Amino acid sequence: MRFLVAFGRFWYDFVVGDDWRIALGVVLVLAAGAVLVATGALADEVLAPLLAAAIIAVVSVSLVAGARR
Amino acid sequence: MRSGESGDDVGMDASELGLLVAVMLAAAVEFVEAFTIVLAMGITRDWRSTLAGTAAALVVLAFVTIVAGYALVQWFPESLLQLVVGTLLLIFGLQWLRKAVLRSAGLKALHDEEAIFREEAAAAEGAGNETVMGLDGFAFVVSFKGVLLEGLEVVFIVLTFGLTAGNVPLAAAGAAIAGAIVLSVGAVLHRPLSRVPENTIKHGVGILLTTFGTFWAVEGLGVFAPGGESLGWPGGELAIVVVLVAWFAVSRALVFALRRRVAEPVQPAAA
Repeated sequence: MRFLVAFGRFWYDFVVGDDWRIALGVVLVLAAGAVLVATGALADEVLAPLLAAAIIAVVSVSLVAGARR
Repeated sequence: MRSGESGDDVGMDASELGLLVAVMLAAAVEFVEAFTIVLAMGITRDWRSTLAGTAAALVVLAFVTIVAGYALVQWFPESLLQLVVGTLLLIFGLQWLRKAVLRSAGLKALHDEEAIFREEAAAAEGAGNETVMGLDGFAFVVSFKGVLLEGLEVVFIVLTFGLTAGNVPLAAAGAAIAGAIVLSVGAVLHRPLSRVPENTIKHGVGILLTTFGTFWAVEGLGVFAPGGESLGWPGGELAIVVVLVAWFAVSRALVFALRRRVAEPVQPAAA
């Protein structure tokens, strides 16, 4: 059990690192994107740049907010 | 719709060039960090044990690369692979970009290879002299751990870039070239490679990782579409250039904004 916790913690630190808010923001944008893709609400050509812009915006806000703390 | 349908010729070249440059730069940074640890152990303890630890780590890394690469290719359909690997690459790359932005803005200390070398050497000199199978245990373990941890980042980048771009050999070649350059320069200088502009390289690599991560993660969302095919970007793979420029512009703007905040005088509190 202790090995599994250590293993999970290692990979969490490795991929996510110090600021989990940035990772959470990216996952939330992609989750919203998955819903939009599944429902076919927007064309690919609109959705792809829109999602990229949303990811950049979320990361920017998280980074600035994180730097304030 | 596959993203590369329009502008395939140009897109493939840009993609492969980006792949090679990103992997080479990222691997070079990691190899410099691993080299510092190995050099400190070799000089202060024992070269034979240090090189044995390094070789053991390289064997483990090769095994991990083959097993993880095979498993990912076998188990994941293309669009799901793009989504999973792209998301991991994006989040992983954002760590690099975040740290580089904070360092450039003066909010985080720069990586100092000379200082790390001194710390490692001091720890090595103060450690005990336990030998295992004729090898210095401390030098073996420290060099093994150092090379393994830094190497895992290289493996991660080689696999994520290589598998998603469908060109693992090119990614592996980029890492190997970087390794050869760092080792050659290090062997000649025989001291920590402290003059490498590490934060500038990390900033560049962070932008490349987040760019490709963004592109592939969004493409991979097509797994949720009725047909399950990758999402299409306008302009195909040429969109990578636009995403790259956007990340670069935003990262520079963030450095500028955060630097201004650091420079702003603190307002005295109201009495």
